[in-house]
Amino acid sequence: MSIELLIRKFTAVSCIGQGVRATLEALRRQRGGLAPCAFETAEIDTCIGEVAGIDAEQLPAALRTFDCRNNRLAQLGLRQDGFAEAVAQSAGRWGSRRVGVFLGTSTSGILQTELAYRRRDPVSGALPADFAYAGTHNSFSVADFVRQRLRLEGPAAVVCSACSSSAKVFASARRMIEADLIDAAVVGGVDSLCLTTLYGFHALQLTSHGPCRPFDLARDGISIGEAASFALLERVPDSLDAEAVRLLGVGESSDAYHMSAPQPEGLGAQAAMRAALRAARLEPGEIDYINLHGTGTMSNDSAESRAVAALFGSAVPASSTKGATGHALGAAGALEAMICAVAMQNDFLPAGINTTRVDPSMGIEYLLENRPGRIRRVLSNSFGFGGTNCSLVLGRAD
Amino acid sequence: MSSLAAYIEGIGLLGPGLDGWTGSVALLEGRAAYVAQTTVLPAPEGLPPAERRRTGRVVKLALGVGLQATSRAGIDPASLPAVFSSSGGDGHNCHEICQTLSSGDRQISPTRFHNSVHNAAAGYWSIATGAKTAANALCAFDASFAAGLLEAVTQVTVDGTRVLLVSYDAQYPPPLHEKRPIPDAFGVAFVLAPSASGTALARLAVAFSDLPATRMSNPALEPLRASIPAARSLPLLQQLALRSPGTVNIEYLDGRSLAVELAPCA
Repeated sequence: MSIELLIRKFTAVSCIGQGVRATLEALRRQRGGLAPCAFETAEIDTCIGEVAGIDAEQLPAALRTFDCRNNRLAQLGLRQDGFAEAVAQSAGRWGSRRVGVFLGTSTSGILQTELAYRRRDPVSGALPADFAYAGTHNSFSVADFVRQRLRLEGPAAVVCSACSSSAKVFASARRMIEADLIDAAVVGGVDSLCLTTLYGFHALQLTSHGPCRPFDLARDGISIGEAASFALLERVPDSLDAEAVRLLGVGESSDAYHMSAPQPEGLGAQAAMRAALRAARLEPGEIDYINLHGTGTMSNDSAESRAVAALFGSAVPASSTKGATGHALGAAGALEAMICAVAMQNDFLPAGINTTRVDPSMGIEYLLENRPGRIRRVLSNSFGFGGTNCSLVLGRAD
Repeated sequence: MSSLAAYIEGIGLLGPGLDGWTGSVALLEGRAAYVAQTTVLPAPEGLPPAERRRTGRVVKLALGVGLQATSRAGIDPASLPAVFSSSGGDGHNCHEICQTLSSGDRQISPTRFHNSVHNAAAGYWSIATGAKTAANALCAFDASFAAGLLEAVTQVTVDGTRVLLVSYDAQYPPPLHEKRPIPDAFGVAFVLAPSASGTALARLAVAFSDLPATRMSNPALEPLRASIPAARSLPLLQQLALRSPGTVNIEYLDGRSLAVELAPCA
């Protein structure tokens, strides 16, 4: 059906840690990063997953036009784990025009626009002269910035499909590599806190009061987070280290149901998971762990559990790591795929923290504690507004 | 690279003074004069009344051109994976949210919030047509049309499937308009197929090029091409209208372009 790809390098920055080592440490200790919301001027009674140190991040002078929280977070991500260096190596080998950039975001640098609206000219209503639309507000700005920061000249696009964005980028990259348009791709997601999402999810009454508790009987909504997560994809070479992680398959679907509510039976989610398994040429029983979308809202978790139970029964251990990281929205797909990679390389199944009493109606095996064990193949779900669904299947090389 | 190709089976077009593909051919061929007119957007077909009331201009635009293209191709829209590409999405909706957030009362409407996602058009499209297929939602600033075309043709070629491409943009109200001066709404859609069929209008092949983008020789159309990202498609539409083989260059990244080679089908 589709080719497999090697994840040659990956990294992640979220509220639980900056870089793979810190992320692994937090996951191992079942330590979350959610805290009461004190972001900017937001007055919302909820918990969020804020990344420390973004404000201190300085962009190179030549890239000042990109200066905003989202691109600072992107740069913070690129600096971890030798990621930028690995990309430079890849570009050196293949040529900078043969490395693509496909990133997901939901709100890009919209915070910059929110702040600029407060500084409008009192008479004309004009935005301040220093507001840079293309480098901050426009959805493409994050890919444009990353591309220039990494000196890449290959094809690029931002996938902006709400909370499935940075899962879907893996599909775009896979097709471009398969079409031999490129030899490598930087994929991932960057999404940062802003008032639009905080007040927006609050308006929908979907923000949790405390740290979110996905799949808990008493779950009460999402904790909004932020993250930058990147992967460098290449064709699978002839020999691989045993713990190397491969992208085995991507599956996508649409609900055709509602803009902000999932189809209650999870039919769209099921279709995406089936398509991902088909692309990976795997049966449901060959999946060792499912990283659930698991946002922590009543309806999302319920629909997803029905979809998972219909396809996998109750046999495959599953959890949502959003209890630890919060919901990184457009960066969630890539962040959680990289959490799966970390788990696979370190032989444990990560728990869904904060959750204490799993909703008995769910009918899936939800992990409340980390479980040691070899995981060879995982499935990671990402669903979003507009009824967009994407599932990824990743696997170890051995 | 030359193997990246697709057959155009249907075209949809709406823009200032451009009302549908068939109605625009004479203008694009140079046989009729351009008559400036604000883009006329159709009512969104297929949506339940509650959803219909919630749709903004870009959704009407995207649904309008998408349905024109699938109807011309004689294809059930629900059967097609789709690639939606836009530089800015719904500018009015975005302005209203930013305005509210900068005011004393930050309670934004839930509908405005869910309409603020860049994939709103893709979401409403799937609700309106019943398409449960994969739908992408891309942005590449001024290269959004080319990025969408590349994504769609790659999907056609690699996955061997028909794909619907919808590229659309509309204006921001002030004060964002001054920062991103898109003058009006423009949308274009293509049904692309992996192999020739009786309904195919033309074959297109796509390759990266160092050449700059082709400009419109018609002085009334060049400003549209240059000011609306989705209208960067105009040279391709003109070549299609002329029904003669030829290559046009569509603006991509870094001052480079996508060379699109067109060969009309008999």
